[in-house]
Amino acid sequence: MINIMEVAETNKMVEQENLDVRTITMGISLLDCAGPDLSDVCDRIYRKITSYAKDLVVTGEEIAREIGVPIVNKRISITPVSLVGAACCHTPDDYVQICRTLERAALDVGVNFIGGYSAIVSKGMTPSDELLIRSIPKALSCTEHICSSVNVGSTKTGINMDAVRLMGQIVKETAERTKDMDSSGCTRLVVLCNAPDDNPFMAGAYLGVTEPDAVINVGVSGPGVVKYALESVRGESFEVLCETIKKTAFKITRVGQLVAQEAARRLGVPFGIIDLSLAPTPAIGDSVADILEEIGVEKAGAPGTTAALALLNDQVKKGGVMASSYVGGLSGAFIPVSEDQGMIDAAAAGALTIEKLEAMTCVCSVGLDMIAIPGDTEASTISGIIADEAALGMVNQKTTAARLIPVIGKTVGDHAEFGGLMGHAPIMPVNRFGCGDFINRKGRIPAPLHSFKN
Amino acid sequence: MEKCIITVVGRDTVGIIAKVCTYLADAGINILDISQTILSGYFNMMMIVDVSGSVKSFDTVVSELEEVGNSIGVKIKCQREEIFDSMHRI
Repeated sequence: MINIMEVAETNKMVEQENLDVRTITMGISLLDCAGPDLSDVCDRIYRKITSYAKDLVVTGEEIAREIGVPIVNKRISITPVSLVGAACCHTPDDYVQICRTLERAALDVGVNFIGGYSAIVSKGMTPSDELLIRSIPKALSCTEHICSSVNVGSTKTGINMDAVRLMGQIVKETAERTKDMDSSGCTRLVVLCNAPDDNPFMAGAYLGVTEPDAVINVGVSGPGVVKYALESVRGESFEVLCETIKKTAFKITRVGQLVAQEAARRLGVPFGIIDLSLAPTPAIGDSVADILEEIGVEKAGAPGTTAALALLNDQVKKGGVMASSYVGGLSGAFIPVSEDQGMIDAAAAGALTIEKLEAMTCVCSVGLDMIAIPGDTEASTISGIIADEAALGMVNQKTTAARLIPVIGKTVGDHAEFGGLMGHAPIMPVNRFGCGDFINRKGRIPAPLHSFKN
Repeated sequence: MEKCIITVVGRDTVGIIAKVCTYLADAGINILDISQTILSGYFNMMMIVDVSGSVKSFDTVVSELEEVGNSIGVKIKCQREEIFDSMHRI
């Protein structure tokens, strides 16, 4: 039987250590909404989303009340829109119309994001992929609840440099179109390499084509819980440190597992996966950087940070996989700068640079995330950073991503505000040497050799 | 049987258990186990209850218990047992 200490521990995690379930994400396949007529397609998309997800928010709130753990977000991931709109979209504006339909559906069911305004172009772009990509700046600037992602490479296909070049321009154009809000359109746009088949975490969320018609995925969180647990093992050996992280990750993940099973049962939709990520929020005490500092580096970014993060990421996975049989998505530790007060402080103090973050992305769960850069950064430089990040993913067989925000009108020393969970960030300096001739080459970088590893 | 865990945390005063038990009796909720301790200087009580006979909805019980707590200056939570089971039992 449960004892009073265990009950007190759980409730302390919620009340003092920011334990929450980050998101219940319902995946909804839109493949059967495709067709030749745009307005029919929009109607079908709207009807399908609003019928599957009509009880999503209510159910999430109900479960949160019953178990006493907040479920922060209720979200939807959909089939990459470039597939759904391929037959009916002949201009970028046609895609924007689908995006507006998605926004209307998001507002009507009360979710805070729909992810999947996406194209997967690892090896090449179809005309419809390119139309969707070109529509992104307008689509994101006229909506608030839609997330967009483009997968530009993979270990098996190499990197589509034509897409990388285009994405540099698209990121810049999205920033321009949303410059009144510190270019915050870019906070909903991520460029991936090795995107998983299916991913419930925004902004890179979409429902893969290998998935059923609808599915419930849950993303757990809890950097604060790990941080507090580590406070009790200061000065102890790595073995004790790792054990503590694993045990904590196990507990956090079990909460997600319970929520996922309950949500799936009540909504009559199969359970997919748990994404066991340490996803920070700007709230004090809910920071991955604070964990790194608790492990022993003075500030995130100091020498030792990459090793500490590698250790953390691995232990989170080891503890989490024991707690749920179906772990997937982008499990690990996220290191978004603007969403993590510790990272924000480290960047402002000059401890954390883009180059160090790039190294950290080799061992963390995703990539360069929520990084504000000067608004006058060249599109080709943005493409260069994206290419570097994609290369890390391609060679190391891991998912990497870049979510960069060139904040128009601001430069190093300024601060950008994105609002809510997206947080705020100091503008970080970017290497001022160019890479235009590299980015302007056409074609793709071939897939790497998988032997002779060194 | 539908087990829930009720926790009461706060400054110790006369009649906390009486208030909570009276509320539960009126709601038709059966108490299976009670334990209490002082944690970090605070009164901590945990009850394991069976809400299957409750005449009120779970949501109502949660919010009414919260009000009972407010009226005597303690924090009362009512949660399904599953959350603790899944976190602390393999």
